[in-house]
Amino acid sequence: MSESIKNPNWLSRSLAWVDARIPWTNTLEKHATKYYAPKNFNVWYVFGVLASFILGLQLLTGLWLTMSYEPTSEGAFRSVEYIMREVDFGWLVRYLHSTGASAFFLVIYLHMFRGFAYGSYRKPRELIWLIGIAIYLVLMAEGFFGYLLPWGNMSFWGAQVIVSLVGAVPIFGPDLMEWVRGDFVMSGITLNRFFALHVFALPAALVGLVFVHIVALHHVGSNNPDGIEIKENKNEKGVPVDGIPFHPYYTVHDFVAVILFLIAFCAVVFYAPEMFGYFIEKPNFEIANSLKTPEHIAPVWYYTPFYAMLRAATFPLFGLDAKFWGLVVMAGAILIPAALPWLDRSPVKSIRYKGRISKFMLGLLVVSFIVLGYLGTIPPSPLATAIAQIGTMLYFSYFLLMPWYTRREKTKPVPERVTGGH
Amino acid sequence: MTESTNLTVSRRYLLLATSTVTAVGTAAAAVPFVRSWNPSAKARALGAPIKVDIAKLQPGELLGPVPAWRGQPIFVLHRTEEVIARLNEQNRNLADAYSKKSEQPDYAANSTRSIRPEIGVYVGLCTHLGCSPKYYGEVRPQKFATNWQGGFFCPCHGSRFDLAGRVEKNLPAPTNLPVPPYQFIAETIVLIGDDTQAS
Repeated sequence: MSESIKNPNWLSRSLAWVDARIPWTNTLEKHATKYYAPKNFNVWYVFGVLASFILGLQLLTGLWLTMSYEPTSEGAFRSVEYIMREVDFGWLVRYLHSTGASAFFLVIYLHMFRGFAYGSYRKPRELIWLIGIAIYLVLMAEGFFGYLLPWGNMSFWGAQVIVSLVGAVPIFGPDLMEWVRGDFVMSGITLNRFFALHVFALPAALVGLVFVHIVALHHVGSNNPDGIEIKENKNEKGVPVDGIPFHPYYTVHDFVAVILFLIAFCAVVFYAPEMFGYFIEKPNFEIANSLKTPEHIAPVWYYTPFYAMLRAATFPLFGLDAKFWGLVVMAGAILIPAALPWLDRSPVKSIRYKGRISKFMLGLLVVSFIVLGYLGTIPPSPLATAIAQIGTMLYFSYFLLMPWYTRREKTKPVPERVTGGH
Repeated sequence: MTESTNLTVSRRYLLLATSTVTAVGTAAAAVPFVRSWNPSAKARALGAPIKVDIAKLQPGELLGPVPAWRGQPIFVLHRTEEVIARLNEQNRNLADAYSKKSEQPDYAANSTRSIRPEIGVYVGLCTHLGCSPKYYGEVRPQKFATNWQGGFFCPCHGSRFDLAGRVEKNLPAPTNLPVPPYQFIAETIVLIGDDTQAS
């Protein structure tokens, strides 16, 4: 003690002591104070940080919910009511969690769109992209398992429909379905295992994958709206001239984004936590009833584009029934973005310098995704099915025609240095 | 030279052998984990056959989906003479009129898909994605079908079934509603879930 008082440098000495044992300063520098991010980031670059923030929020609120939740078919529904009515601030923790799920997907979709627009999947970032797709898949599974837990009637039948998708697998389907459910129908056994997957297995996988996603990003460096590699233009110290340290410049910048996000998020949590049946559906205020299907079943909004594509497959092909093709179309739609690094043959990365066809196709992709998202929420009708079929074609054409139109179109010259920034 | 080559070769064999043993061991160790997801003894016991008394079931009425076998909603339907007479008039509109692809015991693979023509027993879960279809027994236009002859309609994805649980063509459900194993153990008692002859 007396030594450290005499020595004004006791703090740096303890830091040296730590650094000799774990790479503390080294890690901070590599990932924050000496991680050089392009100086021309725009608003599209806040969603990665926001997604990490929401992941933290979900882990925290989820942990608190498990303290009062009961994963049994007898107790689940009752325990959610108990959380809502009798646990101090239980309603807040639950609404933060249920709204957080929607916010998570919203932010992830915007984050993915950023990647689509600025070619963030292109070499050398293919693995960041594929890890990102894996994160998205785990997130979808996480949301699905979580939706069963309140054990409301929509939870029950929604899960029944999605588990039945497994039954479309040729030959093994029916057995596989029983194996997933652990029962002949959805039951408390299914609920209990979905609970285990939702609170332990998938969050652990999610955190691990996000870690690898960020490690890969910091290894190759961030892309930017111009799609230029800032590492190709370094000063004599080896620092990219168009880069600025992530900390403090972008941490401060992202902090503003987090505050703005929280304002909007809290407005929803406090004033519209059910979002008029889009976040929490009406039938879910009734306990699960295995003998009574709700009048209209639709998944939560973040799955509806894919659900609409599933329903768009209405005719058999090559001797396999429509149900099987629905599964194929849906799985294909979810997985096809993984092929983007190899489908995009454009000489430029960013949409800023791509040609007209690329811009048009990206616009079409967004429109078809939103229209499909809407169609997935409404009951089936011949007109809706026809529009969903067109939407499905447009969605897939963005990807499947990409090798053709990205090579054919005329691109604009890419500048040497990034444009804009501070 | 030869000695080191031999060493390399024997090392490679050792590597191959240990890798194989590890892979086999890992696969074997996965078996209990995978099998523990199967329906447990408790789940199987709860799937025991159920007895249904149909004495009060009038022609044209549906019992159910209250009786549940293996937790699944079961439809017990009492068809009228008139329904039985015209049941096979619309066969050309059905996807599997003769139940070649559908799931039913041999004794129900007939034109009424039942043991007794008037009593139909079906699993009330759509073969598409497992929603429970609703019973619309009357012959009258419905919002989902103008020329409705009576049957079941699934609200989830719009599949329509006739009064023998047979699905119409070009709808999402690929096959007819399954027929569970069942038998009559008395004049008005149906045993659902078991069709082995009681001695």
